[in-house]
Amino acid sequence: MRRVQLIQRFYPVLALIIPLLIVVLVIEVFGSPGTQRVTTEALIRLVFAVGLYIFAGNSGIVSFGHMAFCAIAAYATAWQTCCALMKPITMTGLPAFVRDNTFPLFPAAMTSIGLAAGVAFLSGLILMRLSSLSASISTLALLFILNVIYSNWVSVTMGNSTIVGLPVYVTAWGALSAAVLVIVIAYLFQRSRWGLMLRATREDEVAAAASGLSLYWTRLAAFTLSGSVAGLAGVLFAHFTGTVSIGTFFLSHTFLIVAMLVVGGMRSLAGAVVGVTVISAVTDVFRRAEAGFSIGSIDVAIPPGSQELILATLMLLILIFRKDGIMAGREFTWPGRSKEGHVRAPLVTPTKDPAQRLSALPPRP
Amino acid sequence: MTNFVQVLIDAIALGSLYALVALAIGLVFGVMRLINFAQADYIVVGAYSLVIPSTSAVPALLFGALPSVAMIFCVTLTVTLLALLTERLAFRPLRNTDTTTLLISSFAVSYFLQSLILMFHGGRPKTISIGEGLTSAVEIFGIRIPGVQLVTMGVALTLLIALVLFLKKTPLGVQLRAAAENFQMARLLGVPANRVIAIAFAISGILGGTISLLFVIQTGTLDIRMGLMPTVYAFFATVIGGIGSLPGAVLGGYIVGIVSVLLQAYLPEEVRAFRDAGVFTLVILILLIRPHGLIVTSAAKERV
Repeated sequence: MRRVQLIQRFYPVLALIIPLLIVVLVIEVFGSPGTQRVTTEALIRLVFAVGLYIFAGNSGIVSFGHMAFCAIAAYATAWQTCCALMKPITMTGLPAFVRDNTFPLFPAAMTSIGLAAGVAFLSGLILMRLSSLSASISTLALLFILNVIYSNWVSVTMGNSTIVGLPVYVTAWGALSAAVLVIVIAYLFQRSRWGLMLRATREDEVAAAASGLSLYWTRLAAFTLSGSVAGLAGVLFAHFTGTVSIGTFFLSHTFLIVAMLVVGGMRSLAGAVVGVTVISAVTDVFRRAEAGFSIGSIDVAIPPGSQELILATLMLLILIFRKDGIMAGREFTWPGRSKEGHVRAPLVTPTKDPAQRLSALPPRP
Repeated sequence: MTNFVQVLIDAIALGSLYALVALAIGLVFGVMRLINFAQADYIVVGAYSLVIPSTSAVPALLFGALPSVAMIFCVTLTVTLLALLTERLAFRPLRNTDTTTLLISSFAVSYFLQSLILMFHGGRPKTISIGEGLTSAVEIFGIRIPGVQLVTMGVALTLLIALVLFLKKTPLGVQLRAAAENFQMARLLGVPANRVIAIAFAISGILGGTISLLFVIQTGTLDIRMGLMPTVYAFFATVIGGIGSLPGAVLGGYIVGIVSVLLQAYLPEEVRAFRDAGVFTLVILILLIRPHGLIVTSAAKERV
């Protein structure tokens, strides 16, 4: 009985993890090396998307700055683990103990994530004081600040050049375990006291504040946690491709991840996972179509660039016709046990406009 | 001293440019709570409409081959139509959704337009020369000012004044300002929603087209990213000016432009590259001190 309860309680997570596991297993056994690489990359994006979801999904404030934390961690791990011979020549500005030593992989990853978390906390101290729209825009400012600094701080980051030669140790299984870990973290967080408080501020800032919740501290906690998960994604990116370059941590990548969240539905963990899966599959299909394939004896190829057009169109269509994304704010729930114990989307989306809010109330008897 | 005057002129020229872009963004935000990131791509499309689509680095001219008046007309018309089209297809169905959704949708539109240009023109920057006569320097009171700078400043100031007159003196402009102040109330008093929104987008298109021409004359290159930085600056300009406030947008534009030029001129050589970071930090600092921006409108405060 106990065990059934436990399974029921963690069903929303299991319903995400087990299919992922099966998909990765199938691809590892039957897929080509190319497909395996695409899968690993998608899993790393999943880590990032779930990290972004921890803040954006629960607080309702979209952050465009999380790629900055990703970049910070990726560079930090590159400084510690990469190219012992080249560092004293190309990255002269590094502190001596980093420049002249090479650190083991795991502690390096941990300190890099710690650095990302620290920067997230410090920037959060400032950004979380702002109202939601200003905060959203300021996170964009954060991304630009980091981009300007890292692409010009040549003696430390090699500027716009790419750092190559990082140890490559991230496989599909490694990425999968990271993804499973962050899914569990995100789920535990959203069911925790802090997560529920944060969700309350998302639904109605004023009512939440009136109930004695601090908008500032709940948001700051989530921002820090989510920044450190973004940092983890950065470490994985760096040790998957073996290269780090500031250009990859900018607007287009941010856009891709935000698109994934929007398509899946930003308001639930299942939405984040489904969004990443669907968009990764769709982009991969169209990438192949761009490269050309043959039906019978005819070679077909769609013009290059149509993949991006389709992604943007898909996102707009979802925004227009299914604003809450594919999952519409729901988690996968245990069959027949959907009434209690799970955070469900409200029937009426709260609106800021008092007139609309009144008309949304049920008619009086 | 002469150096300082030159820096000042640079600052005002750049400030005016940013003020124009910020005004375009501010107008659209006022009427439909949309922070239109696609403004960047209006500028890019305007610039690329000068040449015939090809992947060549020195492409043949399309609108750029026309006489100057016709060229200006065609480019602004193209961008205006594009702005209206994006409004009709992408933003109108989303009109009543929250600001964040709208912002994301404008990212999607921007991404779409960018990929479209990439598809037809290729990703490499191109060289193009229009308005060569303007690049020669003019000497006034012993200070040599590049002609382009003067033109930029002149055009920007003229447009600003024209816009202010339009907004203050014509019935349409008054409706537009009313809608920017309080859209619901304006509608209740008989301001047609579709029309004011269309006008706001049309103005943002006209401004986008003009700005793209100014940029092309200045730099002589076409780049897929040329609209990004001005729009991002303008974006932050509207925020620090007080989002939804039109005078605030202009003020913010000038602040951002002037600070950026001053930092460029007076920062020590080794940190000059970080100038943009300074400007963006300024944005966050101003927001910290005045979370609703410098000029607060009634729309900025949330009602319970």
